[in-house]
Amino acid sequence: MIGLSHYLTVAAILFTIGVLGIFLNRRNIILMLMAIELILLAVNINLVAFSAYLGDITGQVFAMFVLTVAAAEAAIGLAILVIFFRRKGSIAVDDANRMQG
Amino acid sequence: MHPVLLIVFLPLIAALIAGLGGRIIGKTASKVVTTGALIVGALLSWPIFFSYLGGSAETQVIPVLDWIRSGDLMVDWALRVDALTAVMLVVVTTVSSLVHLYSWGYMEEDPSQPRFFAYLSLFSFAMLMLVTADSLVQMFFGWEGVGLASYLLIGFWYHKPSANAAALKAFVVNRVGDFGFSLGIFGTFLVFDTVSIPAILAAAPGMAGSTIGFAGMTVDTMTLLCLLLFVGAMGKSAQLGLHTWLPDAMEGPTPVSALIHAATMVTAGVFMVCRLSPMFEVAPDALTVVTYVGAATAIFAATVAVVQTDIKRVIAYSTCSQLGYMFFAAGSGAYGAAMFHLLTHAFFKALLFLGAGSVIHAMHHEQDMRHYGGLRKEIPYTFWAMIFGTLAITGVGVFGIGFAGYFSKDAILESAFASGSVAGTLSFWIGAFAALLTSFYSWRLIFLTFFGKARWAGSEHIQHAVHHVHEDESEPADDHGHAATGTAGYHPHESPWTILVPLALLSLGAIFSGLAFHEAFVGTEAGADFWRGSIAYSEQLAHAMHEVPTWVKYTPLMVMLVGLALAYRNYIARPGAPAAFVALFPHLHRFLMHKWYFDELYDAIFVRPSFAIGRFLWHRGDEQTIDRFGPHGAAVAVGIGNKLTTRLQSGYVYSYALVMLLGLIAATSWVFWWAS
Repeated sequence: MIGLSHYLTVAAILFTIGVLGIFLNRRNIILMLMAIELILLAVNINLVAFSAYLGDITGQVFAMFVLTVAAAEAAIGLAILVIFFRRKGSIAVDDANRMQG
Repeated sequence: MHPVLLIVFLPLIAALIAGLGGRIIGKTASKVVTTGALIVGALLSWPIFFSYLGGSAETQVIPVLDWIRSGDLMVDWALRVDALTAVMLVVVTTVSSLVHLYSWGYMEEDPSQPRFFAYLSLFSFAMLMLVTADSLVQMFFGWEGVGLASYLLIGFWYHKPSANAAALKAFVVNRVGDFGFSLGIFGTFLVFDTVSIPAILAAAPGMAGSTIGFAGMTVDTMTLLCLLLFVGAMGKSAQLGLHTWLPDAMEGPTPVSALIHAATMVTAGVFMVCRLSPMFEVAPDALTVVTYVGAATAIFAATVAVVQTDIKRVIAYSTCSQLGYMFFAAGSGAYGAAMFHLLTHAFFKALLFLGAGSVIHAMHHEQDMRHYGGLRKEIPYTFWAMIFGTLAITGVGVFGIGFAGYFSKDAILESAFASGSVAGTLSFWIGAFAALLTSFYSWRLIFLTFFGKARWAGSEHIQHAVHHVHEDESEPADDHGHAATGTAGYHPHESPWTILVPLALLSLGAIFSGLAFHEAFVGTEAGADFWRGSIAYSEQLAHAMHEVPTWVKYTPLMVMLVGLALAYRNYIARPGAPAAFVALFPHLHRFLMHKWYFDELYDAIFVRPSFAIGRFLWHRGDEQTIDRFGPHGAAVAVGIGNKLTTRLQSGYVYSYALVMLLGLIAATSWVFWWAS
């Protein structure tokens, strides 16, 4: 029987992969965006799992919102990425260090 | 208005006008104002002096202004005029006005003459303030004033490093003496509750035998005070130990040497001892010290003068030696004789200095006597002036008629002998030997400068002058012909009248001042009548002085003749003799050439350790400790902190995100485990 804890475990694993994807990734920014998507998906799974477990529809509504925001965020992120590529000629993460103090 | 007010303050006004307005009114006006002020002062001083000489004048105190009112301490500006002051007024204003006049000619080519004359007048004002002082504090004001003027004038040619060094040396060495003097003033105020000189002198006998704690010891009050004050006198009067500044002070212009470092300022110490003589009379031990220091200075400076080759330095050491005479006269109780020698010395030593200046002027700034010779025919007036000065300083005279030094030096030696004390007798013999040396080096100066063959060719100054002339006239130098005669083709020129007139007037002083005034200064009854309590004049000693054995009376004359004969033999008859003597006693010669190694000694004891301490505090203390841990340390720490925090700012999004995440985890954990 697949219970709540299984969902939460999967969500936790996805979340960890996403976090590690952000920090360990040195190659390109697209991977970073994908890792962020992964984190959001993990949260969504949590929301839906708790919603089903508690019998409360609010969580699933929130999941819908999150998906929408994530799509918008991905669109903006990719747009920034295109601009960035035009300026730098590269999408390597190590080249995005203009914020250095 | 009392004339002494004019005498004292006219030079100050003139100094201010020439010093502050010299650029506006021009150099001629500056010279006229300053010289005029001093000539007026001199003309006013002589009647005052004669009124005391005639016995018709009393001690006068002319109040000027209130100065300090602080508890028990009351100091006023007041001018005190008595016989002692009158003597000093005459000396200071006469020599100063003649030196002013002399400087017209001597400083003719100098670009900053208003400054020079302003300094000279400022000096005269300070010196007059010193000699008219009614309180010790006012005397100290004049004392420091003359020190300042001396510093400014020694360093007048400030572009010469040697002049600056000499000025600093004079100032620093005088600080040592002035420290003693100020301690003496403090002590006097502590003991007597007043700094007014008449009050102190009146109270001094009552303090005889009392004791006071000083530096952890219990000592006799009056001896201590007198010795402290005498340290001040030693510094100002260049006595043995604090004398090192005087020869170096010859870096200043020659008129300055004549006025400050021969006739007036350096005699301030003698004046001070005489002014406070009732106080010194209460402290016999202090007087013994004064005697020994004076005698030691007299012999020390005379021996050094024998080997000097710079004409001004010979006279400088001679001054030092003569000041020693004055001090051991004062130490023997013969204050009248000390003041008498001060007066005559002022005339003949100023004459010698100004004469030397005239020689230097004629010889194109050459000061080395080895490059003189044969000048008698070239500059006859200067020659005669120098001869009179030398006759006066060596004390030529017999049977009660003679030059100035004959009376004053004999009076000193006789009274030292007559005082009967061990110190007095000892200083009589030392003084007699110093008189021999005085005669020797004085005639040596004359013989080297004015007699013999011309040796000018060896002088760079002369060569420079000659070539300058030849270039101007664009004719080839005839070196062969001149080298044979040693003149190098140079023709010394006699000085202008502004130089010759002071020489003539001072010659009069050098010839007649002893004859004219000896009865008043050191006579048995006339002396007491003249001084009238302004110094501790001892009629008994004056009487004993006239009763000394005949051989004592003729000793000065004998030693003078011996010195003259020696000088004649060594520098006229057998010119090779000095070199042979040096070859015979090389160590003695070296010892004298190094001035008894005083400069080297002070260098090793004071100068080098001071430099070492200074360098230690500078490098180790300041640079390596305070700076290192203070400002520099703080700056380095900030720099290191910056580097560390800069490293955190990598600019990579993921590192910021990591920090955010860690922060989030920390905050969450805190909320979960501690906050609830």
